[in-house]
Amino acid sequence: MNWSWDVIFDNLPKLINGAWLTLELVVISGLIGVMLSLPLALMRVSKRRWVQAFPFAYIFFFRGTPLLIQIFLVYYGASQFDVIKESALWPILREPYWCAIITFALHTAAYIAELLRGAIQSIPKGELEAGKALGMSYPLMLRRIILPRAFGIMMPSYGNEVILMLKGSALASTITLLDLTGMARTVIARTYTPLEIFLAAGVIYLIISAVIIALFRFLERRFNRHQHWPNEKPKDLDAQL
Amino acid sequence: MSLKKALATATLVAATVSAPFALAADKVRIATEGAYAPFNFIDESGKLKGFDVDIANALCEKMKADCTIVAQDWDGIIPGLMARKYDAIIASMSITPERSRVVDFSDPYYSNSLIFVAPKSSKFSPAQVKGKVIGAQRATIAGQYLEDNLSSKVTVKLYDTQDNAYLDLSSGRLDAIVSDQLPAYDWLRSKEGQAYEFKGEKIDIDDKIGIAVRKNDKLREKMNKALQDILADGTYDRINAKYFPFSIY
Repeated sequence: MNWSWDVIFDNLPKLINGAWLTLELVVISGLIGVMLSLPLALMRVSKRRWVQAFPFAYIFFFRGTPLLIQIFLVYYGASQFDVIKESALWPILREPYWCAIITFALHTAAYIAELLRGAIQSIPKGELEAGKALGMSYPLMLRRIILPRAFGIMMPSYGNEVILMLKGSALASTITLLDLTGMARTVIARTYTPLEIFLAAGVIYLIISAVIIALFRFLERRFNRHQHWPNEKPKDLDAQL
Repeated sequence: MSLKKALATATLVAATVSAPFALAADKVRIATEGAYAPFNFIDESGKLKGFDVDIANALCEKMKADCTIVAQDWDGIIPGLMARKYDAIIASMSITPERSRVVDFSDPYYSNSLIFVAPKSSKFSPAQVKGKVIGAQRATIAGQYLEDNLSSKVTVKLYDTQDNAYLDLSSGRLDAIVSDQLPAYDWLRSKEGQAYEFKGEKIDIDDKIGIAVRKNDKLREKMNKALQDILADGTYDRINAKYFPFSIY
C-alpha cells in the first residue's frame, strides 16, 4: 500500500484550522447549553406537573432524535419556509455556523438538564434539611448547596457529554462547515488519501479529548474538594468548624 | 471486520487474483452512487435506476458476467473500490489525473460539461461572480472547478450531495451552483427545478466520464470491449434516448 506521510504534513495547517472551528463550535454551544440546562433542570425537578411538562417534552424530543436530523431540520428545514426567510432571525439562521451552534446547544442542553436533574435529586436529603434548619431561603440554598453539590455530582458524566459533543460536532461538516471532519473530507476529495488524512484528523480529535478529560479532572477535584478533606490543611478545617 | 474474517477475505482475494481470469469475471460487483439523477438514483421501490445502471447492466450482459450493483456514498466510492468492496465504479465518474493516480479508467462512455444554475428571477451572470456565494457537490469536478478557478473571488460552499446543494439554492443561501450540465438539465425539468435556469454558456472542461477499476485490473479490458459492443449494436443509443433527446456520448 502507498502510505504517504507528506500528504499529512502538507495538509496539517488546513486540518488545524478545521480543529479550531470544531473547538469553537463545541465550546460556544457547550456554554450556551449549560445556561439553557439550568432552568430546564430546575423546572424538571419541580413538584408541579405543569412546570415539569415543558422540560419533559423538550428533553424527550432532543434525546429521542438523532443529532444529524436535528441539524438538517434547523439548516435545510427551517430555510424552506418564507416566514423564516423574511423574519429578523434569517441573518442568523442563514449562516451554517449559527445553525450548528444553535442545534448543538439545544441538543446538549437536553442531556445536561437530565444530568443536572439526576444530580440534584441525588443530593443527600440531610444537606438540604440542614439548609432549611438554618433558615435558608430557596435561592440561597440553590446558590450555596443545591447547585454546587449538583455540579460536583454531575461533573464526571458531564465531561463525558462534552466529549460526545466533540465527536457529534463532526456533523457540522454536513452543512458545509469546514470543521475538522469537513476539512478532512474536503482534503480527501482532492488527494484520495482517506487513511492518512482520517488518521491525522483522528489524532487531533484524540488530543482535544485528552485536554477536555484533563480539564474535567481538574473541575471534578475542585467541585468535590470536600471529599478529599484529609489532603486539606487542618487549619482550613478548624476555620470551618 | 474481525481479524479472522479479514484474513479469510485476504486469502479469498489472493486466490481470486491468482486464479485464471475467466473465473474471477463470473461475479462482478459494481458500485454506483444512487443520488445523481438521471444517471443513478434510487426509485420509489428502493431499486437503483438510471443511465449508469442501464449501462452497467448492458455491459454485464455483453461480458456474460453475473453482476451485483450496490449503492455507495460518493466521497467513499474510490476508497471502497481500493478496499475491494466492489470491482468497478459506474457512477458518472469524470476521468481526472488525480483519480487516475489511484484507479484505472475505461474508455469514456459519455461526456459532460459544467454550467451555472441560478433562479430565473436572479440577475446572476457567470461573468460577474465577485462576492457571490456559489455551491457545488464535494469531491466532484464542479467542486474542483469552483475551488481552482473561483475561490479567490467567491465564497465556495461544498455539499455532501447534489440534492443538498439544490436545497440551499432554494433557501437563498446560495446565489448559484456550479453543476454537471446533464443532471442539472434533468433537474430543471422537474417540479422542484421550475424556478431555475442555466446561466451563461456551458463550461467545456473536456470532462470525459469513465468506469473506474482498480489499478492493473484486467476487468478494464473486458469493460472496454463490452462498451464497444453496445456502441456498435445500438444498445447504447437506446439507453441514451431513454434519458436525453440528444446524444451524450
